Amino acid sequence: MTDLGNIALWITLLIGAWGSVVGFVATKQRRPDLARSAERAIFAMFALLVVASAGLMHALLAHDFNVEFVAAYTSRNLPVFYTWSAFYAGQKGSLLLWALVVSLFGTAALLVNRRKYPELTPIVASVVAIVITFFVATMVFSANPFERLGYTPADGRGLNPQLQNPGMVFHPPLLYLGYTSISVPFAFAVAALITGRLDTGWLHAIRKWTLLSWLFLSCGIVMGMWWAYVELGWGGYWAWDPVENASFLPWLTMTAFLHSVMIQEKRGMLKKWNIGLVVLSFLLSIFGTFLTRSGVISSVHSFAQSNVGYFFLIFLILAAGASFTLYAYRWPVLEAESKLESMVSREAAFLFNNLILIVIAFSVLWGTLFPILSELIKGTKVTVGPPFFNQVNVPLGLLLLLLTGIGPLIAWRHASTGNLRRQFFWPVAALLVVAIGLVAVRMSDGWAIGAYALAAFVVATIVQEFVRGTGARMRLHHEPMPLAFARLVGRNRRRYGGYVVHLGIVMLFAGFAGLAFKSDTEATLKPGESVEVKSPYGHTYKLTFQGVSQYEQLNRFVSAATLEVYRDGKYEGLMRSEKRQHLNSLGQPTFEPSTEVAIRSDIREDLYLVYAGSVQGTEQSVFRVTLNPLVWWVWYGGMVLVVGGLISMWPGGGGPTAASRRRAEPAGYVAQVTG
Amino acid sequence: MRARTKFIIGGVLVLGTVGYLMASGIKETGVYYLTPSELAAKVNADHSFYNVGVKMGARVVNGSITRDVATQTITFRATDGAQSYPVVYHGLAPDTFTDGVDVVVEGRLMPDGTFRATTLLAKCASRYEAVPPPTGATPTSGPAAARSAT
Repeated sequence: MTDLGNIALWITLLIGAWGSVVGFVATKQRRPDLARSAERAIFAMFALLVVASAGLMHALLAHDFNVEFVAAYTSRNLPVFYTWSAFYAGQKGSLLLWALVVSLFGTAALLVNRRKYPELTPIVASVVAIVITFFVATMVFSANPFERLGYTPADGRGLNPQLQNPGMVFHPPLLYLGYTSISVPFAFAVAALITGRLDTGWLHAIRKWTLLSWLFLSCGIVMGMWWAYVELGWGGYWAWDPVENASFLPWLTMTAFLHSVMIQEKRGMLKKWNIGLVVLSFLLSIFGTFLTRSGVISSVHSFAQSNVGYFFLIFLILAAGASFTLYAYRWPVLEAESKLESMVSREAAFLFNNLILIVIAFSVLWGTLFPILSELIKGTKVTVGPPFFNQVNVPLGLLLLLLTGIGPLIAWRHASTGNLRRQFFWPVAALLVVAIGLVAVRMSDGWAIGAYALAAFVVATIVQEFVRGTGARMRLHHEPMPLAFARLVGRNRRRYGGYVVHLGIVMLFAGFAGLAFKSDTEATLKPGESVEVKSPYGHTYKLTFQGVSQYEQLNRFVSAATLEVYRDGKYEGLMRSEKRQHLNSLGQPTFEPSTEVAIRSDIREDLYLVYAGSVQGTEQSVFRVTLNPLVWWVWYGGMVLVVGGLISMWPGGGGPTAASRRRAEPAGYVAQVTG
Repeated sequence: MRARTKFIIGGVLVLGTVGYLMASGIKETGVYYLTPSELAAKVNADHSFYNVGVKMGARVVNGSITRDVATQTITFRATDGAQSYPVVYHGLAPDTFTDGVDVVVEGRLMPDGTFRATTLLAKCASRYEAVPPPTGATPTSGPAAARSAT
């Protein structure tokens, strides 16, 4: 089975080499038979990669420790759930997963689009084939997951305990899905550039794909934050680490694209910009992978240094060179059909939104690469930390939040004073009420006040849209309110799904702003002793240490510290933080001990407890207690965002036809509801 | 054309502000990232380099870690092979911090030659991937042997 997987990989490489070329030839010579062949190459590669993945999965589940990858990442006593996830715990397996997912998306994109866009799909097939071939070649020549050892170890090395967490089971594949699915929009952009069919057709083909990649990437990032929060024990979820930044960069450019694409659809502007954003998103996803896997930037998360990085660097340079050459070649064709008419218009709001997203991306990239840049220029490495990123991004983020409220409501072309008054009276009132209220209760952090006031502004714009839209339907169609509301959303999914996404973003911002009020307390306690911490809401938590119990569980030896929690004197329950020493199948310790944090979370704040260890020979134990206000909002904001994205994407309402029907109308909700 | 000009002016304003924020951010928060040898060279060339915030990337010398849980103080030696410094860190160490790992410490080199760290990051390469054993180190256990066979 394992050998079959290896053979499948080699055949994929051969078919990939054919598929990489044949689509271009088919387009040049107008040969439908070759075009079919290009598509079939993708289908075949997908089938072969499924076989290869099944081969690796089989080796993992059968504990075939003769396979180096299996020996390096699993052991006999690893729970099956994590044996399964060990597939992508290491470099080699994750490359296979990556190739598999690209081929899956390529297959799906071809099946969906080949009838609608027959002139684009052969090239799309070839571009996708090139991407898959690159990954397969990297595996075959540098990191083959099927590589065998010269002997068979009795047991494997086991999976790093920090990866034995449900968050880590879902976070990497979601992130990969996000990274890889950008290949499809990129392939369409290249196809549009090569064929010169640069009307909005290719945009319709990829808008939903980009939204899909964006959703996967968002899920992956939030899931990664959650994993860092519950597993790493430092009390936060985002540290501006290079690897985190690498996933954030394409997210930013894709967010920019999802907005600017609307301007092109409505007004025929920003054609160059949009193609540029798609190409840039793809290159940034490859760049992010390069950063993670090459070790050029020191990160806490690095994969081991290996020559896989060179493969990525070469691929990145070739892809960037090819796409920019094409881009320059088609530059004259990409003229805008209309011009910006007023600064007080939706176009201008969207342009600023794009500008800010790109500037954020640039500053994050700059900060991430600064150690390299400073070494090149000044000869010494200078690093910048979270303060740099926060200083630059907090003001930009708030500006973006403001535009989140303005953009969807302001009129296209030129907003009249009447339009402004009608749309923004209540939101501005909400902003002022919240700002004054927070100053009145003496909130100490200016940026946080700004964030909450702007959050109120955006929420007010969203609520107003839903209320007015529902009201209009109730009047015009004589529908009861729940039905009117459901139909309003159901018939304009893209628009109202977008509002729900914005609501999720506001919740995320509210959570981020809560970081301003985070506090840490360290305490050394004997059983029976307590530590008190004050929360920003004025509550006093008292934690009384009960003692440490020790026992064996699954594949680990656990020391668990239990504390009683009281809030303002009222008993709230027990918290238990653990130190886990993982064991191999002979019962010997393996890996360093890992910490299991205890979290009591509610809508207002998280009480986050870390048991740091006991002083040897005494009864004293050391704890860190962190009060993290509003972290709940980050996780639930992420969920709301995903729900909104799914509403927008759901096939049917709000598609291209609805968009073209609405093309000529002004930005009012009534016309859209009746239209 | 007017709107376009206004947009460009607005854009330049945004870019200018961001440029300023980035420049000042780097100036205020940027710190040198040095190996122990580079740090020694800097300090020897310019004594005012003591007590200046820097980041040092180094490897923990095997067996040098002492932990005083009661005062939450960790001391160890950090080396790059040529130069080493004793490091004192107050706080909780990450789970991955142990003998022989690569660490990044942020803090100050004191005139007495100890490095007072305010943050301690352990760069556990084995989090995702097995590290090749450093040259000269002998593979001890089964898994290490498995690695050397690759």
